[in-house]
Amino acid sequence: MTNKHNPAALNTGRRPLRGAGINLFYLPAILILIVFTVWPLLSGIQLSFTNWDGYSPTKAFVGLSNYLTMFKDHNFGTVLVNTLIYGVGSTAIQQVIGLGLALLLNSRIKGRNIMRAIIYLPALVSAVIMGTMYYFVFQYQQGALNTLMVSLGLPRVVWFDKPAVSVAIIVIINSLQYVGTSMIIYLAGLQGMDHSVIEAADLDGAHGWKKFRNITLPLLMPAFSTSVVLNLIGGLKLFDVIQVLTGGGPGYSTNSVSTYIGLTYFSNQNAGYASAMGVVLFVIIAIATTLLNKGLDRLGWES
Amino acid sequence: MTSAIRHAEAASRSTDTTGKGNGKGGRRIGHALAYLFLGAMIVAQLLPFWLALSAASKPSTDMSSTLVPRLHDIAWDNFTTAITQGGILTAVGNSVIVTVCSTVLVCICGAAAAYPLARRKTRGNKLVSAGIMSLMMVPPLSILVPLYTLMVNTGGVNTRWGIVLVTVAGNLPLAIFLYTAFIKAVPESIDEAGMIDGASRFMIFIRLILPLLKPVTATVVIMTSVGVWNEYALSNYLISDPGKQLIAPRVASFFAMQSSNLGVGAASALIAALPIVIVYLFLQRYFIAGIAAGAEK
Repeated sequence: MTNKHNPAALNTGRRPLRGAGINLFYLPAILILIVFTVWPLLSGIQLSFTNWDGYSPTKAFVGLSNYLTMFKDHNFGTVLVNTLIYGVGSTAIQQVIGLGLALLLNSRIKGRNIMRAIIYLPALVSAVIMGTMYYFVFQYQQGALNTLMVSLGLPRVVWFDKPAVSVAIIVIINSLQYVGTSMIIYLAGLQGMDHSVIEAADLDGAHGWKKFRNITLPLLMPAFSTSVVLNLIGGLKLFDVIQVLTGGGPGYSTNSVSTYIGLTYFSNQNAGYASAMGVVLFVIIAIATTLLNKGLDRLGWES
Repeated sequence: MTSAIRHAEAASRSTDTTGKGNGKGGRRIGHALAYLFLGAMIVAQLLPFWLALSAASKPSTDMSSTLVPRLHDIAWDNFTTAITQGGILTAVGNSVIVTVCSTVLVCICGAAAAYPLARRKTRGNKLVSAGIMSLMMVPPLSILVPLYTLMVNTGGVNTRWGIVLVTVAGNLPLAIFLYTAFIKAVPESIDEAGMIDGASRFMIFIRLILPLLKPVTATVVIMTSVGVWNEYALSNYLISDPGKQLIAPRVASFFAMQSSNLGVGAASALIAALPIVIVYLFLQRYFIAGIAAGAEK
């Protein structure tokens, strides 16, 4: 009883902050992550060396065969290029528009709160639902774009029958949906800036582009790298919009690696090949993220 | 220090091109272009919602443009068809249950996991932290084959617990990251005070740390619930039974069947979007603050 209120005695007995027992707290989380993420990831690597069809009890070890198939598979080539276009294209568009919007909506403009809310709104709605809504822009008979074409005296266009056009439309839709996320990251960056720096620049007569280039932009580097990494990961694993708008078609022309994995597994019953592509997709995203983080860090140092 | 350097830099740069400004006219054109861009973006972001509302107002016999809604004779049938044939309300209900369960589990497991990771900074725990963070990069489709197989083998396909656990795993890494960063900023003297009073580690966490986590929990709740509500890539495959489907896969499969009936498809998308739009209208400030906090990694 007396010991209990004696801190010295207690500290020598058990030291809650340093005892390993505290690690028990992360067991539930680790368990869930191991079963539903880590194990599937490792098991996927193992499956990628087999010819498993996804349901039969037997599978044979085929070595690197699935990885070699990727080089010969024209569809995979298309799908890989599409994935890079989705990733890099969306990232570029989102940075330009997102930063522009953040700069405009950071000024004392009337109604800026409601405008920010509207710009951000699509990012909250499921990509599937936004995809179905965007469909009404491009629909053949009643779509907004073809209404415009007709009123200009031009013929109606089937928007989703040309691969290049379809890929471009998917990039634009994905960019518009998540441009609000970039805007908010840049707004947070702008609002977190050291005001003394900006005031100093004002006193020195730095205005407009020069102030932006030399003061604002370097201070926005952390926001820039966050936004780029988030957008790039999102674009590289793009799945929902493609599935809803084109289903990967016409042919395989608008698939991303993600949608192609789904097709290969469930429609073509080639679980081994699908697993191998899953491994490749993960490696691409991991490398891109790591390189980008390092590169952007260095860029931040220099400016 | 850095501000002084930048000050000097700005000063040196401002001397070389002063007085070369574009003049008032140039500035006015710049402003006009800026407003034009802002206006165009607002229109672009509202357009899909407008077109969906307009399409939902028309019966399948009305082939007029989705730009103009049919105000004189709104086809309310579209909404009832979406609910009765599309099962959209059932799917909303399924999504509510799954989202609430996942979010609660993510908060509990996430906060608990973050406590030792923030407080006991051994080499092992740093490794565990780094490992958990790297899981944020795993694309859902990368683990589709083994995960689906696991679910088939354990009877988790077409079940709520299956999709709850999968979405919990998907959202835990970010939650643990946010909680860890927050707890690191809580002074350790609070824990020590609890220790002196003879409280167990568990009680220190429950009584002293947990009540302090409200702000970061708000962020975690927003990020997780939006993520789970919108989940499609995995739930699309893990739940195929129309009566058990979540809202995003349900709208996608119903919409795909309604190619000749735009109005019904539009109505189902609108019903699906409504809950999150309403919540957003009321909690807009928390959403924007939450997203900004969640992104600052």
